[in-house]
Amino acid sequence: MKIAVTATAADFDAPMDLRFGRAACFLVVDTETMSWSVVENTQNLNAAQGAGIQAGKTIVETGCTAIITGNCGPKAFRILTGAGIKIVTGAKGSARQAVEQYKAGELQESSEANVEGHWI
Amino acid sequence: MIITVASGKGGTGKTTVATNLAVAVGKGTTLLDCDVEEPNVHLFLEPKNLRKTPITTMIPVVDQDACIQCGACSELCHFSAITLVADELYLFPNMCHSCGGCVMVCPAGALTEGSRELGELEIGQWNDIELISGRLRVGEAMSPPLIERVKEAAEGRELVIVDAPPGTSCPVIAAMNGTHYVLLVTEPTPFGLNDLKLAVEAVRVLGMPFGIVINRADAGDDRVVRYAEEEGIEILMSIPYSRKVAEYYARGRLLVEAMPEMAEAFGGLVEKIRAAVERGTR
Amino acid sequence: MKEITVLSGKGGTGKTTVTASFAALISNRVLVDADVDAANLYMITPHTVNSEHPFEGGSLPKIDIQACTHCGDCITRCRFNALEKGPRLNRIACEGCGVCAHFCPEGAITMEPRVCGTWFNSSTENGPLVHARLGIAEENSGLLVSLLRREARKQVEATGADYILVDGPPGIGCPVIASTTGCDAVVVVTEPTVSGFHDLERVAELAAFLKVPVMLTINRWDIHPMMAERIRAFAKEKGMHHVGDIPVDEGVTAAMVKGQPLVTCSDGPAATAIRGVWQQVVNFLDDKHGPFKMAL
Repeated sequence: MKIAVTATAADFDAPMDLRFGRAACFLVVDTETMSWSVVENTQNLNAAQGAGIQAGKTIVETGCTAIITGNCGPKAFRILTGAGIKIVTGAKGSARQAVEQYKAGELQESSEANVEGHWI
Repeated sequence: MIITVASGKGGTGKTTVATNLAVAVGKGTTLLDCDVEEPNVHLFLEPKNLRKTPITTMIPVVDQDACIQCGACSELCHFSAITLVADELYLFPNMCHSCGGCVMVCPAGALTEGSRELGELEIGQWNDIELISGRLRVGEAMSPPLIERVKEAAEGRELVIVDAPPGTSCPVIAAMNGTHYVLLVTEPTPFGLNDLKLAVEAVRVLGMPFGIVINRADAGDDRVVRYAEEEGIEILMSIPYSRKVAEYYARGRLLVEAMPEMAEAFGGLVEKIRAAVERGTR
Repeated sequence: MKEITVLSGKGGTGKTTVTASFAALISNRVLVDADVDAANLYMITPHTVNSEHPFEGGSLPKIDIQACTHCGDCITRCRFNALEKGPRLNRIACEGCGVCAHFCPEGAITMEPRVCGTWFNSSTENGPLVHARLGIAEENSGLLVSLLRREARKQVEATGADYILVDGPPGIGCPVIASTTGCDAVVVVTEPTVSGFHDLERVAELAAFLKVPVMLTINRWDIHPMMAERIRAFAKEKGMHHVGDIPVDEGVTAAMVKGQPLVTCSDGPAATAIRGVWQQVVNFLDDKHGPFKMAL
């Protein structure tokens, strides 16, 4: 199974990024082999508006079935759930630890956006 | 003639000057409240015969059956207000700037122009004065289109006084744009002067004549007066500080009620401005 | 770490005076001036600028006049009347939508990043100050505010600060929403006037919409004690937490002229009141039965 996690750097052992739309980058992880690859988010970091929307689009295009992140606003939430992607929050530590927590069933799937949209 | 009452800093007395100026001129004046985020004119001049109409802005409406999921609109939109994700077209109306690009670019005719409510336009009467104001819906970020609609509602009037929002960015520019004179209200404090300088820069960008009103003139120091002299900016009026005025203001009453001697000065203000505008256009 | 945003709705109620004093009372904090339109906080917060950075927000069309055939397509399409005969760009009117560039049949228009202002990393005696200057007649104040708040979070990581204190802009529009979204609590500084009350109602509605708890202080409360009482009753009804009031004090303007936070150069009635207000803010944030019990 392929899932994504927001990370503060292009490293599986880097701390996970609690932001979604303006996350430093996304790591796409194969949960069986724990092999990973980086999907950049640089364009979104300085986007005038709509970072969450564009990041949502990026994640949908990776073909992942779940995303582990900290905060997900309503617009990104709409896009991710629209594409059938699970939004998983509450993870702690590095991106690798977040994926391990997910595999161990310690994390919960969000049923709604957990932060307000940033409006810009 | 359209006179905008503005200031860089908030709370310097814009609404006080705008309302008292309108009352001093009286008959035939139209007073516009363009501080649509926090409109206050109605608290001092309670409008009669109030009519409210919604103010809307253009947003795209999608016909999902006609949409061919080509993504042309999504690519064009700089604001992510319309986004194609995996064959599904998402609309985010509050992100839309109403540029119309998506409707123009759609090859399938699946997008048409719809509308979305930004706030309300309120038109009423206070004695001989016409009051027009805009009120932004709470949670709405984009005030400039609303400000423009308020100004359009006053087109063709003889004398219009605009109460502008504070600051120097897009909402203020929207309020000042296309008017004939800007009256900058300030106070003689470091904050007042700093923000006055920013406001002066903004008016100079737009290139219209302007002058200064100093409010609570004896409460700080003489730095605003010195600045005006150095820059050759006319000080049209000084309003002294008075606890009585502050207390009247707190109750929603006019300055000219607390200080009847100021009524003549407000009346003279319009003539000074008219002269300045005529000098400017000659 | 707690992030507190100071708002007012109405301008000129004393928001910046209160924020600067709060900032002086906290030993380790990051201070943010989010009133990027008319920034004043730096004027009464002694500081040293360590670095300055251009702020890019949105984009602007660049017209290659050599390639232009003067067909006028861009002028007709622009909904903002930002293109005039020539074609010449009216930078102030431009929203950066890119319609002109997309449809130009000659490809003579490209969209380029728009520099809208400058932001600064500064240091003060008790922590960093992040502030900015938005260019005159520029856009994207909300984006700039978000950038400053992001920068403040980085500074928290570097300094281990206990608080981020944000001096918000007046109004309830774009930069106010950007200042408030996702913060821990708002402190509203109002005044006992009809306009102060009216604008408080609007800002309280916004905070409720953004699901942020609100604390309230009334500045110059003794200008109209009955109005102050009405405001307190309103606050109670709306579930706002009243953290005390501040009286009229001529020392406030004097401190401003000196370029210092009120509490560092005065022991007058307003300074004493602000110290009390800050203590109540801290108590509210630390209250285990209060709005943050979930987080503790």
